[in-house]
Amino acid sequence: MEFILITGRTMHQGETIHQKCSEEYMKACAICEMNPEDMKEMGVKEGDVVRVSSEAGEVDVYVKPCEGLDRGVVFIPMGPWANAVIPAGTDSTGMPSFKGIRVRIEKSDGMVLRADELVMRYAYD
Amino acid sequence: MPTIEDVVCPFCGCLCDDIVVRVENGEIREVENACKFGAHRFLTVKKHRIKRPMIREGQEFKEVSYEEAIERAVEILTNAKKPLLYGFSSTSCEVHEVAIELAEVLGAVIDNTASVCHGPSVLAIQEVGYPSVTLGEVKNRADLVVYWACNPIHAHPRHMSRYTLFPRGMWTDKGKLDRFLVVVDVRRTETAEMADLFIKVKPGYDFEVLNALRTILRKGDIPTNEVGGVPKETLKELVERMKNCKFGIIFFGVGLTMSRGKHRNIAEAIKLVRDLNDYTKFSIMAMRGHYNVTGFNEVLTWESGFPFAVDFTRGYPWFNPGETDANSLLQNRDVDAALVIASDPAAHFPRESVRYLAKIPLVVIDPFESLTSKIADVVIPSKVVGIEEEGSAYRMDAVPLRLKKIIEAEGLLSDLEIMERILEGVRRRLSKTREAVAER
Repeated sequence: MEFILITGRTMHQGETIHQKCSEEYMKACAICEMNPEDMKEMGVKEGDVVRVSSEAGEVDVYVKPCEGLDRGVVFIPMGPWANAVIPAGTDSTGMPSFKGIRVRIEKSDGMVLRADELVMRYAYD
Repeated sequence: MPTIEDVVCPFCGCLCDDIVVRVENGEIREVENACKFGAHRFLTVKKHRIKRPMIREGQEFKEVSYEEAIERAVEILTNAKKPLLYGFSSTSCEVHEVAIELAEVLGAVIDNTASVCHGPSVLAIQEVGYPSVTLGEVKNRADLVVYWACNPIHAHPRHMSRYTLFPRGMWTDKGKLDRFLVVVDVRRTETAEMADLFIKVKPGYDFEVLNALRTILRKGDIPTNEVGGVPKETLKELVERMKNCKFGIIFFGVGLTMSRGKHRNIAEAIKLVRDLNDYTKFSIMAMRGHYNVTGFNEVLTWESGFPFAVDFTRGYPWFNPGETDANSLLQNRDVDAALVIASDPAAHFPRESVRYLAKIPLVVIDPFESLTSKIADVVIPSKVVGIEEEGSAYRMDAVPLRLKKIIEAEGLLSDLEIMERILEGVRRRLSKTREAVAER
């Protein structure tokens, strides 16, 4: 299914920001919040792994319901998982487009990587 | 247990200066008044630290002395044709001053995290001005508070309780009862749940909504029934509230700077505020993230005339975001070494930028293990400014505050000491090179 991706700060992301190689940081940031109706349509439940892909790349994260999001809009906390699908380019402002990215989301049987594993993968692969 | 009062919290741009810290045997035991972020910052300051300076040898890191690590950093920076100095938002203005001198001496590019948070706001402010106030004025006067594209409950947890919504001010002595809260966002956040009026905008349509508000303010109407998913009647209600308040303020977040329109969104918001001042007192303020992101922009502006993304390769400061900012430089492979201090671009830059950052010689200065430290060639641990080292920082409303030293950090150098030693090393090495060239 196609979605618009918003990324941003959350309390849990901020709280774990200085322990980025930990499971806590992964739990806080390797998640994709989605409207429960969209989850139903995709056939996924909380904690399932979904693959989020854009023109920039793809990443596996856990899905989580969020009533505050409209259908068709998803949210991933700022961090390496979100940034794996943020495209290059800054529209001549210096600012990457961290919000409002077109993404495709599907159920995945992949594994969610820890932050350091993920960064190593996209830094050196 | 010794109690230290009026401690300034070194976490977010609120720079709350009413924190009480209790220390026992050199350890922070209790923290009062801080939010979850702040309390965590003080109470876990000894965890996840980089213990020793390190230099990469193949896939492994080797522990070295400070002298060796700094010497290697100097080599990397002086061997580069165009190094990038980046970060700076979680350290003091004193460090900024030395870093800017280092950039000038090296002929480097210097940029801070503003380029991935409120850089577009700065571009808009340069174009249309910044009718802003201090948070103290908001506390004492504001009867209409608008949070646009930001979620302070998650990003600035005490913003509403200390400065904007709940405190009893001189002319707002009933606190929340004297104020009306409007939240505008693309999603119903926890902040939106608290609003007296919540306006949900379709993602990417903030510019259109701001422009429609200006049109209604000027002409009284718009020719469509809805803009960006917001009904005309709701927009008209907001305009009436804005016109008729005594003192209004828009706080805006990176929801405006990072989405379609970027600096144009901010310019339109500022123009709306300018228009509103024909009717009442109205102001606007950026919700700055890191505790001293504002400070870097202030110091770099005094020193070079520009607030971020300054290129010294020409021998004079050159500012051109889209060319001289960290992400453009990395994505265009336009720098050949980097020094990152007090920030973590490997965690917060798009993958394309991180991929190149990992390829070039990289020096990281940070108290904590970061993802950038994992891809570095030289890692230099430092003291935590505001807890283990004093210094100056600027709150989001550009009010400077003095950060305190609360506890000792034995065996560690401060950011300032490290940067001064690097600058000294760079000067020495460059003058040796010049002498050698002169002899030849």
